[in-house]
Amino acid sequence: MHLPDAFLDGKTTVLTAGAAAAGVGIALREVRASLQPRQIPLLGLAGAFVFAAQMINFPIPGGSSGHLIGGVLTAILLGPAAAVLVISCVLIVQCLMFADGGLLALGANIFNMGIVSVCSGYTVYRLCKNLTPANPKRSMVFAAAFAGWVGTVLASVTCAGQLAASNTAPWNVTFPAMANIHMLIGIGEGFATGLILLAIARSRPELLDETVAAPAHQSGRSVVGLGLLVCLGLALFVAPFACPWPDGLEKVAQKIGFADHAPSHLSGSVPAPMADYRMPWVGSTTVATALAGACGTLLAFAAAWMFARAVVPSSPRVQKG
Amino acid sequence: MKTESHHLTFLHRSPAGLKLALATVIILGTTLLPQQLTRLFFLPAGLVLCLWVTARVPFRHGLRRLLVAEFFIIGIGAFALISPGKGPLFLSAFCKSNICVALMIVLTWCTPFTEILGAFRQLRFPGVMLTTLALMYRYLPVLTEESRRMDRARRSRTFSTGRVLIWHNLTTIIAQLFMRSVDRAERIYLAMCARGWK
Repeated sequence: MHLPDAFLDGKTTVLTAGAAAAGVGIALREVRASLQPRQIPLLGLAGAFVFAAQMINFPIPGGSSGHLIGGVLTAILLGPAAAVLVISCVLIVQCLMFADGGLLALGANIFNMGIVSVCSGYTVYRLCKNLTPANPKRSMVFAAAFAGWVGTVLASVTCAGQLAASNTAPWNVTFPAMANIHMLIGIGEGFATGLILLAIARSRPELLDETVAAPAHQSGRSVVGLGLLVCLGLALFVAPFACPWPDGLEKVAQKIGFADHAPSHLSGSVPAPMADYRMPWVGSTTVATALAGACGTLLAFAAAWMFARAVVPSSPRVQKG
Repeated sequence: MKTESHHLTFLHRSPAGLKLALATVIILGTTLLPQQLTRLFFLPAGLVLCLWVTARVPFRHGLRRLLVAEFFIIGIGAFALISPGKGPLFLSAFCKSNICVALMIVLTWCTPFTEILGAFRQLRFPGVMLTTLALMYRYLPVLTEESRRMDRARRSRTFSTGRVLIWHNLTTIIAQLFMRSVDRAERIYLAMCARGWK
């Protein structure tokens, strides 16, 4: 998802850079306020850890391999503010040491992968973490897997919105393509995040204790600030396109008459069960898109739950009953 | 990164801040070029080629980096390519993006990350971020080597090719890597304190 240079226009570059700077600023403030001095080196080590973890290749069906992205995992292990900082540093090093990701697109990359993915994933994790109090490990694995999926998909959606806002490609092409591909990538990311957390919980549970790695108290202001920033980003880059009226290009296409020849959807190499995120029996585009998105999310939710049930056996008390 | 004396060129010796600023200006200029191929494209392309030759970037090294970036460029460019009437935009974005990536390869080749950190320090980057970047740069090879070592050990002990087992083993390696990073961070903190870090 590393955007190279020259795909974003001036206004999008400036807006994303501003949003990224604001997000990193809020994260820095929070880290300074809540992290103890002895935890500062952990940020650098966590950055190197994410880098090294990304080099491990997982076999995936189809004969190819993929790697962990690690944003949501870092957020769960270190807290959102520290994770924003760590992932931003990873992206800066990737750009300036390995020429991976554009220099002017660094703001957009930090915003998508470092802020949207981290904050949305962490929020989902916190919301789902205590779903089954009887079996905390299972509910932790489930929450981590689902959060990994949500973080990956949301980051790709904002990325699609930025490409559409830059007029590089229309929203009805970028959104289905990016979302479909990343819904699949997200499954792997979710499973890996869940399994890694489970392995840590089994051998060093004290590391998941919030007082060790993550700051003991998150100040409300920074959580609100980062949340607002994510909402602002979604409002700027995604909301303008998610309305039922045809966008500029579609209007032109209808006027000139090539709309019928345009590809109605693109789904990469994987056929989409619901083309253009619409259900045939629902009239309104907005409602249909929302319903199709909700279906995908529910499927991921169910998959994460089944995955957690498979990897974490029921607790003995439950077995007796 | 190779920085032996006989590899050092004029570009290697220039200050990192200047190179970073120059790269930003050239990339900005390139992205502002028209959205269809014109002769103007030869200007940044020629400039980057000159810089590439001046910095003596090894062809294989540059090509490898370029191929990694090409995956993203073509992937994103494909969106423009299949949209009706966006063919010229795809071609121009493709060329612009490649010029920018080539320039970044030259920049990363002739500028060690420590010098970029120095430039960041002069730009008054926040201290926490500088420490994080510096420690990350320092421990990147250490942790990469550690993860490779653990993966090699896993492969020599795993006789099954079952995907589920491999996923289980690989995630355990990553979890181990995190635990070792936390322990290492504790030791580094003590070492930093012993050397007067505040």
